[in-house]
Amino acid sequence: MRVGDLLHLATESLVRARLRSVMMLIATAIGVAAVVVLTSLGEGARRYVTGEFQALGTDLLIVLPGRSETTGVQPGLFAGETPRDLTLGDAQALLRIPAVERIAPLVVGSAPVSAGELSREVPVVGTNAEFLVVRNLSMGQGHFLPPGELDRDMAVCVIGSKVRSELFAHRPAVGASVRIGDRRFRVIGVLSDSGRAVGFDLQELVIIPVSSAQQLFNTESLFRILIQARDAEAMPRVRESVRAIIAERHQGEEDVTVITQDAVLATFNRIFTALTLTLAGIASISLAVAGILIMNVMLVAVTQRTAEVGLLKALGARGSQITALFLAEAVLLSAAGALAGLLFGYAANWVIGRVYPALPVGAPLWAVVLAVVIAVASGVVFGLMPARRAARLDPVVALAGRR
Amino acid sequence: MIELRGVSRHFQVGDQLVRALDEVAITIEGGEYVSIMGPSGSGKSTLLNVIGLLDRPTAGQYVLDGRETTSLNDDELAHVRARKIGFIFQSFHLVPRLTAFENVELPMVLAAIAPAERRERTQAVLASLNLTDRGHHRPDQLSGGQRQRVAIARAMVMQPTVLLADEPTGNLDHVSGAEVLAALEALNVRGITLLVVTHDEEVAARSRRHIRMRDGRVVTDERAGGAPA
Repeated sequence: MRVGDLLHLATESLVRARLRSVMMLIATAIGVAAVVVLTSLGEGARRYVTGEFQALGTDLLIVLPGRSETTGVQPGLFAGETPRDLTLGDAQALLRIPAVERIAPLVVGSAPVSAGELSREVPVVGTNAEFLVVRNLSMGQGHFLPPGELDRDMAVCVIGSKVRSELFAHRPAVGASVRIGDRRFRVIGVLSDSGRAVGFDLQELVIIPVSSAQQLFNTESLFRILIQARDAEAMPRVRESVRAIIAERHQGEEDVTVITQDAVLATFNRIFTALTLTLAGIASISLAVAGILIMNVMLVAVTQRTAEVGLLKALGARGSQITALFLAEAVLLSAAGALAGLLFGYAANWVIGRVYPALPVGAPLWAVVLAVVIAVASGVVFGLMPARRAARLDPVVALAGRR
Repeated sequence: MIELRGVSRHFQVGDQLVRALDEVAITIEGGEYVSIMGPSGSGKSTLLNVIGLLDRPTAGQYVLDGRETTSLNDDELAHVRARKIGFIFQSFHLVPRLTAFENVELPMVLAAIAPAERRERTQAVLASLNLTDRGHHRPDQLSGGQRQRVAIARAMVMQPTVLLADEPTGNLDHVSGAEVLAALEALNVRGITLLVVTHDEEVAARSRRHIRMRDGRVVTDERAGGAPA
């Protein structure tokens, strides 16, 4: 039998059994669309997070106290030493590195903030003027912290927009004073709503100079030091220099961890890729269900067309030709279903993209290919059994219409 | 030429052995016109199925045109069936979703004959059965007699040497039945071997050789005019 004739005959019987065909088509289409949409969401989430990180700049290094690696036994453990704190002195020393563009030390804590009668516990970040640029923040009103020496204590603060609306409502905030802990600060600026940063809700933040924060929380140590390198190529050099300078200042102990944005990004990438794979797996279940439906419906079709199978045999059809005919129907259906599913999935993606413009939805190619391959393969696998059952029918019995 | 030598076909139904054919020996020369009669269950349809290679004898030998068939596998049987044998059924067995033209074309599709040649041969055979203007009709748009003539066209399109008709007029009125028989006999005149299984004495009377069966055995086998075959 010619391939063209095979497809023609298969198409003809699919078109004739319209309801049955449409049902099977829908089942497969739902499965494929589910894979496309779910993996698009996972991939969209991954791209969103990646985008957020990249917005922060890939030239960012984060220095935190303590070592995260646990290779070998540190001599310090025997001596009962704890990792030395990071200090403002350390931060200042890092500025000596030529390829360093900016340094923002970070002290983080939580304190009650009040204005007049209203009071609220908020996260307080102590930093310097560079934080604005390093973290890509933008101001809604007023100014950010003024530039100056790190150890200069100033009673000024910048507040998040939500803090502003809760403490000041409609009164002007810039120029007013707030009480943070037991000290008074003058509000010099309000962050804009649109600023974004991973890990902080900027709208709920109060930012004060780093040395004020150290006094407020009664600590010498820094939570982090953010370093912006001059460009991405300088990153490895900066990283080595940071290690060397800190080691020098900490009596030869390399007791800090330097994280690059890339490393964080890679971790998030892994997490979200795993998420996407999980979603793809879940969606594939619906493809398997569609496959079983195909088998079921094809079995019914074989039963209904028993006499026809008998006739084909009487006309000289070989068993393999009858298998091919029924298999072609199943495969055509699942392929058409896959196509419909792709259209449907992409349409759904388009709608999601419209509703959530921030989420960069887009099905990963591997998921699309996988969905189509699984759909067509399930047509083959689940179509084979009914097709072979048809091919094995005894022509005499089949012609008589008995089973 | 059809030669059956000691052909038996036994079925096991429950704990009972049904002898649908029991030691049947018949020789039918090319171009003969044979009717096979007998009560229900006498084995006449089984005989037709065995001759048409749809059913395999449990014992005995069947030689078709000089070729022993009982040792052929299923695919070889299908090949012989496609080229040497045409079937006509009581209930026509047209594929309902295909047009008359496509139904007639079907055996050639299975045999992978090129579309151009198929079209030519289909048109020729439809014309010979006065069905040219019915080519694009589906079976449910045709009368019984027309359907059976489409079935004859389909059986003929591969130019077989043997035509097997199982109650070809059983579902037809008298006029249509006569048309169908005339069409079959016209083919016989042109040299095809024609075997007709029937209940109808009137139909059987038209053949030149009459085989009567009972309980899986041939009871009588006579040429027209009463001479033994």
